[in-house]
Amino acid sequence: MPQLGADMTAGRLVEWYKKPGDAVQRGDIIAEVDTDKGAIEIEVFSSGVIERILVQPGEKVPVGTPLALIRESGEPAPAAPAPTSTRPRASPAARKAAAALGVDLEKGLVPGTGPEGTITRADVERAAALPAGSPPPPAAPAAAPEGDRQARMRQAIAAAMTRSKREIPHFYLSTTIDLHTAVTWLAAQNAERPVADRLILGVLFLKAVALALRDVPELNARWEGERAVTSDRIHLGVATFLREGGLVAPALHDADRQPLDELMRTFRDLVNRARSGALRSSELADPTITVTSLGERGVDAVFGVIYPPQVAIVGFGTVVERPWVVDQAVVARLQVTATLAADHRVTDGHRGGLFLSAVATLLQQPERL
Amino acid sequence: MTRPELQEAILKILGGIAPEADLTRLKPQVPLRDQLDIDSMDLLNFMIEIDRRLHVNVPEIDYPKIATLDGCVDYVAARLPGRG
Repeated sequence: MPQLGADMTAGRLVEWYKKPGDAVQRGDIIAEVDTDKGAIEIEVFSSGVIERILVQPGEKVPVGTPLALIRESGEPAPAAPAPTSTRPRASPAARKAAAALGVDLEKGLVPGTGPEGTITRADVERAAALPAGSPPPPAAPAAAPEGDRQARMRQAIAAAMTRSKREIPHFYLSTTIDLHTAVTWLAAQNAERPVADRLILGVLFLKAVALALRDVPELNARWEGERAVTSDRIHLGVATFLREGGLVAPALHDADRQPLDELMRTFRDLVNRARSGALRSSELADPTITVTSLGERGVDAVFGVIYPPQVAIVGFGTVVERPWVVDQAVVARLQVTATLAADHRVTDGHRGGLFLSAVATLLQQPERL
Repeated sequence: MTRPELQEAILKILGGIAPEADLTRLKPQVPLRDQLDIDSMDLLNFMIEIDRRLHVNVPEIDYPKIATLDGCVDYVAARLPGRG
């Protein structure tokens, strides 16, 4: 059961699309699971033959539980699998520290920040530092009714956001960007295009963020244990509101490398699938930074809460016409306020300022996007 | 296609884009974006479906003309292919 975000602790197997003996290729969709974020399609990351199904439809299992065995090409048939464990995943150092500090990992109350939710020594030390009588960490809140996806999603968001505010020292920056050039360029582009190939302003924001991250790569990272690990690929988590309530932030993979037309197609496909409940597991697991826009809702600026283990979130507000000084004259110009919330353990205001400045520069040179 | 048929076709497209909305309560002269929770991506999807199903291409510069249901029906009605 893959961990599709820091707030996911378990998932329910809904349906297998493959059966034992079926050949699978890397990237194939093999199953559907139900999570707090909705129904998600599970991809495989190796090619071979389905050897055995380990989790049956209807079963709910913790993150990290093997769902099936895949025999890779040329690999001999495996021995029978070990019985599925529901013990929390923890590093040896974490288990040693837990024993020394009297922290009971088996109760499932210590949230793991390591790979795939593994409990690290730092997690144990944090749990031990909580004063007696502290409320339990939000990773194991009272379960919302199984059928109430809205309540489950809110609970998952609450857990992730509470963890974020507890663990991440946020700092916030904002800048106002003149969009005159970008909007003029966009209108000229769209006038020449068939309707299905038109661009929206949001895709320019996304591409500008992705390219600006090359200048300040430490914002494109994951906090793992005691340090940030910079990602060499830029997967933007696009915050997308869902019509029934709540939101998801699936990954727009390699956003910096996709030409603008291709990025627009994948962006549109991603949003449409998010809203129709057809996201894939890698899209929820892979984001390296989140971008959110509340401009369509009339919000001036959005100062986001970082989604752990990411270390930054970028926000865009409403595009609005306001006075702007050009060549010592006050003129009306379309503007947007871009914001950055970043993890002060990883970076500082100077670097954050360079990032927002790079975004602003790119949006004033849209032909570079 | 009669005007009521065209309006129904447009409402059907809107229903696909905002399935949670009660389109029977839509006020025809009030901007759609004031009544439906739609964003730029939804608006683009709306234009794509009007083009695909009704064969009417709405250039971006004309988006203000189709801001309301009545405006949209008028605009598309005047441009339907085969209209005498």
